[in-house]
Amino acid sequence: MSAILQGAGAGAAAALTPFNSIDSNKFVAPSRSSLSVRSKSYIVAGSDDGTNKSFGSSSLIARRSQPLMIPNAVTATKADTAASSTSLKSGHELLLYEALQEGLEEEMDRDPHVCVMGEDVGHYGGSYKVTKGLADKFGDLRVLDTPICENAFTGMGIGAAMTGLRPIIEGMNMGFLLLAFNQISNNCGMLHYTSGGQFTIPVVIRGPGGVGRQLGAEHSQRLESYFQSIPGIQMVACSTPYNAKGLMKAAIRSENPVILFEHVLLYNLKESIPDEEYICNLEEAEMVRPGEHITILTYSRMRYHVMQAAKTLVNKGYDPEVIDIRSLKPFDLHTIGNSVKKTHRVLIVEECMRTGGIGASLTAAINENFHDYLDAPVMCLSSQDVPTPYAGTLEEWTVVQPAQIVTAVEQLCQ
Amino acid sequence: MATAFAPTKLTATLPLHGSQENRLVLPIRLAPHSSFLGSTRSLTAHSSRRLNHAHATRRSPPVVGVQEVVKEKKSINSLLITKEEGLVLYEDMILGRSFEDMCAQMYYRGKMFGFVHLYNGQEAVSTGFIKLLTKSDSVVSTYRDHVHALSKGVSARAVMSELFGKVTGCCRGQGGSMHMFSKEHNMLGGFAFIGEGIPVATGAAFSSKYRRDVLKQDCEDVTVAFFGDGTCNNGQFYECLNMAALWKLPIIFVVENNLWAIGMSHLRATSDPEIWKKGPAFGMPGVHVDGMDVLKVREVAKEAVARARRGEGPTLVECETYRFRGHSLADPDELRDAAEKAKYAARDPIAALKKYLIENNLAKEAELKSIEKKIDELVEEAVEFADASPQPGRSQLLENVFADPKGFGIGPDGRYRCEDPKFTEGTAQV
Repeated sequence: MSAILQGAGAGAAAALTPFNSIDSNKFVAPSRSSLSVRSKSYIVAGSDDGTNKSFGSSSLIARRSQPLMIPNAVTATKADTAASSTSLKSGHELLLYEALQEGLEEEMDRDPHVCVMGEDVGHYGGSYKVTKGLADKFGDLRVLDTPICENAFTGMGIGAAMTGLRPIIEGMNMGFLLLAFNQISNNCGMLHYTSGGQFTIPVVIRGPGGVGRQLGAEHSQRLESYFQSIPGIQMVACSTPYNAKGLMKAAIRSENPVILFEHVLLYNLKESIPDEEYICNLEEAEMVRPGEHITILTYSRMRYHVMQAAKTLVNKGYDPEVIDIRSLKPFDLHTIGNSVKKTHRVLIVEECMRTGGIGASLTAAINENFHDYLDAPVMCLSSQDVPTPYAGTLEEWTVVQPAQIVTAVEQLCQ
Repeated sequence: MATAFAPTKLTATLPLHGSQENRLVLPIRLAPHSSFLGSTRSLTAHSSRRLNHAHATRRSPPVVGVQEVVKEKKSINSLLITKEEGLVLYEDMILGRSFEDMCAQMYYRGKMFGFVHLYNGQEAVSTGFIKLLTKSDSVVSTYRDHVHALSKGVSARAVMSELFGKVTGCCRGQGGSMHMFSKEHNMLGGFAFIGEGIPVATGAAFSSKYRRDVLKQDCEDVTVAFFGDGTCNNGQFYECLNMAALWKLPIIFVVENNLWAIGMSHLRATSDPEIWKKGPAFGMPGVHVDGMDVLKVREVAKEAVARARRGEGPTLVECETYRFRGHSLADPDELRDAAEKAKYAARDPIAALKKYLIENNLAKEAELKSIEKKIDELVEEAVEFADASPQPGRSQLLENVFADPKGFGIGPDGRYRCEDPKFTEGTAQV
């Protein structure tokens, strides 16, 4: 598992360094830009003549959030670490699960009301080691090993949140949270509303999901598609150590219930992250690779398949813009919209199933809001509508592979 | 991290009161001739025979029930309550009854809609427990929650307005009959699906323990979770019994066994209908009490609450009670046997307390009448207030969906949607 991971991870991580290691997300709001604020001069690349509607340069300066476009020359080369290292005073390398742990530990140090509950989070250290060592440090009550009763301990976390604590509820696998659907939908999402705003539910529900390595159908589920309609919750998906730590911290500090989706295959991604404290904005998308020809929207593990396809596409002369939407609910329609207005072509690559997934909602949102800017129909590559098979070959065909992404881009850019 | 507890200790003597003569053994067993298992005639004859037989083989030496303690106390001339306490209990039960009767009236007059579940007949349970609690203790209920809210201190005005769907309701009109919440009074709801409130109650109790053991605060708050007999066949109930006992959470699980889950008789739904027995299976005391007698309920509640405050963990209390009305105002209530209803009507808890107060010279008829009058006026005023209150405006539609409205996200124009003042009306796309 990790070998393949490193393959995808190493390539992707290198490609990501100029964008992730910069301190773009260092500041909590007011800065809403997901790109670097380091470069003083910027170029609004590729604004098409004649289609420049409300985004004249004057409005860009006037608005607080300024989408900064890094010129293509920088993006095509991956090794532009010189510029990034000037702003990055120091950093340390770690794996994604360690980044999650770091974020969690920092927040637990900062606020004694933050606690963790879930199966095997305490003495075992978490089935994916995210909570390793925390029980020794914070005790068995702050890092609570629960019995196997997802519905009840999720509800318990909600009750604790209503009465002043800030629990992080771990689903050992996101799929297990199906057993907690009653609590997540009825109580987590709704209680703030039905109580007329009297009770807040600042829980974080997190865990690994997604298609792994032959884990079988039930351990390979994508619950983001099931939860997305629940009013009152936010959903984010992390994909790099940088945004994993940042999103973990932001989710814990948020007063809203947040579901943080991690991916089973991404826990061993390695990256260098800043030593200084930072938080990622929960509602913002992340610009992974600016481009001109087509907007590729993705999240979680598919980001790496997209970046792998991007290498092939660049060699073939295409210039894809890759955005990791990160915020699955709500969508960051600003970042996405700006991109669509620039490229006029959209490809969504996701791991959800075809029917009713995040991609389906995103397609609808883009069509609704940016219809005029599209030169081609929005294309959505999703997993097949099938219970993930065990056999390796079948499993491979279930999810979107880089070759399919390349083909789709070629098709859209004809 | 379950601290070691000796299972034997829990089934041993648990004194209800300090003194020797009132020592009780828990779990309390039923007298064999109890009509507790009564339902429709045919079921009673058939099943109680079987269950009594089972009892005969398993029964240990006869033990003292709560009824005996009460009789004992009366006989040695010490009353269970003072005059002040008695009047408080009486007023609370009258408030519950009058309020619910008014709800029925208002419902049929078209002032409130949807599912409304009334508590008539069960007042002894709510009053018996909740009047022992402090303001910072928490109460969690089900959809039959009006009276729990009232007992906990939520004003009749706020509850009635909520039922009318007005902004002055305790939940701004957004919750309705089945979602009575009050942060001020620690009324944690109000839940429409049975069983889903029990984990929330367990969480509130966990919070209490956390404050004490982790934050080192002086916290003795307990949580009381009310739910019915139907809920006791639900997984969440058992999951929470387990966790509460495991971590010795300060919670009291109160089963309001009114023998019916809409039209499903408790006996037809439950393999072992004696719910109190399920407590010891998880390592906590299980107690059965006559839920039509507020004084008996109160005695049991005192011990259960004290246990929880001392950090000794949860208690399961099964209150045998009855609802005089149907499951909800939409229920024609045709299934229940008239004789059964009459039998419990004769055990009306309010009438019983009134009799007790007068017979023991704790109150005069006139005093009690003046309380009834006062409550009538209070409830009428609550209706007037609710009638006069405004309905929610359009801008309230999306206001409380998120505690932090940034959760609605960033719109195409780059601004957070919540920055648009008209956003809460629902005009913006989400």
